[in-house]
Amino acid sequence: MANQEDAKEQELERTTSTTEPRQNAKFAVPVAKGLINTLKHIFRNEPNTIHYPEERRTPYPGYRGEHRLKRDELGREKCTACFLCATACPAFCIEIIAEEAPWDDREKRPRLFNIDMMRCIYCGMCEEACPCDAIELTPVYNIPSLTRAEKIYNKEKLLSL
Amino acid sequence: MDMQLPPLALAVIKAIIIFAVILQIVPALVYFERRISAWIQDRIGPNRVGPAGLLQPLADVIKLAFKEDLTPQGADKWIYRLGPFLVYAPAVLAFAVIPVGIDLQVASLGVGVIFLLTVSGFSVYGLAFGGWASNNKYSLLGGLRASAQMISYEVALGLSIIAILMTAQTVDLNEIIRQQWAAGTLGLMQWNLFQQPIAAVIFVVAAFAETNRLPFDLAECEAELVGGFHTEYSGLKFATFFMGEYVAMITMSGLMITLFLGGWSVPWIEIPTKPTVWDISISVAIFSLKLVALLFIFIWTRWTLPRFRYDQLMNIGWKVFIPISLLNLGLTAVAGVLGWKWLIPLP
Repeated sequence: MANQEDAKEQELERTTSTTEPRQNAKFAVPVAKGLINTLKHIFRNEPNTIHYPEERRTPYPGYRGEHRLKRDELGREKCTACFLCATACPAFCIEIIAEEAPWDDREKRPRLFNIDMMRCIYCGMCEEACPCDAIELTPVYNIPSLTRAEKIYNKEKLLSL
Repeated sequence: MDMQLPPLALAVIKAIIIFAVILQIVPALVYFERRISAWIQDRIGPNRVGPAGLLQPLADVIKLAFKEDLTPQGADKWIYRLGPFLVYAPAVLAFAVIPVGIDLQVASLGVGVIFLLTVSGFSVYGLAFGGWASNNKYSLLGGLRASAQMISYEVALGLSIIAILMTAQTVDLNEIIRQQWAAGTLGLMQWNLFQQPIAAVIFVVAAFAETNRLPFDLAECEAELVGGFHTEYSGLKFATFFMGEYVAMITMSGLMITLFLGGWSVPWIEIPTKPTVWDISISVAIFSLKLVALLFIFIWTRWTLPRFRYDQLMNIGWKVFIPISLLNLGLTAVAGVLGWKWLIPLP
């Protein structure tokens, strides 16, 4: 029994130890293969990257980028200030203050609708939660700005997108 | 040449031209390293600054020159400042004896190879000093590794060179090149690469280790040691370390060409006994071509192989390369004494 364990240990030692110089001699073939492979890549010259500012990738359908608020056919914002998006938001980045709507078909509309794009994690939960299909995530992904204040989108900005 | 220049002036002019050219190779080498690495990894590489990104090295230099030159708290100031120069200076100095054209070198020393080995051995001080003086444990580890590695591989490097010197029976590099020349395409076989293949292989591997290039760059080792011995260096001091590494690469390639690849000669062009300026320019062009090829191999290998583990490095050095090079040395000696011309070429 003890012998068997010893043999096992020796076997383990033999298979896991890479410090033996005899095993290092086996490097030659893989090294040569690797060199040939990299040489092929040099001459293949098919970069997988793109020249970014000049070339842009088109996002796949369903890509979640910048938000926008939709309007109905009369040009009014679809949002009824139900707060469901703000409730669903895991990052708490949506701030809504409601006011009475001047129209007959709904009770409320948002007076203030701010999204803090710096906090937003672009999960799309607001879009899923919205019962009126008023908010959606567009495929726009390059949205840099120079100040933090610019990254808080208000209602007008969201409606204009 | 019948120019009537005093020998000192001629030496100064040669020194300035050759060193200036070496320094100009470094930025080009950095550019090609980045470009070739990009191609190997299916990327595009630097292509923004200037046509095809050719001015990128210039931009890098400007960036490095304007960076703040920090000295870490608790660093040994003078040794810290000395470090980069002790890496850079030996690499450049060692190049002085390498013949870049027919009898064209900065210093035509009788001791040739021995001077080169002596001087390039100094660069280990730069790495060790830089690592130690930074007052940073990663730097210290990098410096320690660098010294252990360079000392170990210097033995194998020296032993492989000795085998060449034994068959050449001279340390004059120009003489070694002349001995490697034979007419016709079969004259290629006269190169020490084919005459002493074991020494050649050991020399290449040891040269990689000596210049701290992958797969032997344990001294810098970004993954484990942040940046190794140069972690704390910034600005132009870092640039000097960087330049030192690349110049060492050029020097080692030059030595490799001289010892194993026939130096500035090719078998198809006869070596003139009284070289004209034209002959010398052709020989410089031949040397440059060989240099470019070898530098490409340096870069190519770097972007192919992963880094060795430290114990593997030491094991390969002491248990494989040194015994094999000793064996090669013994074989050469025995063949020389017994006159076995079929085994070892004898002059």
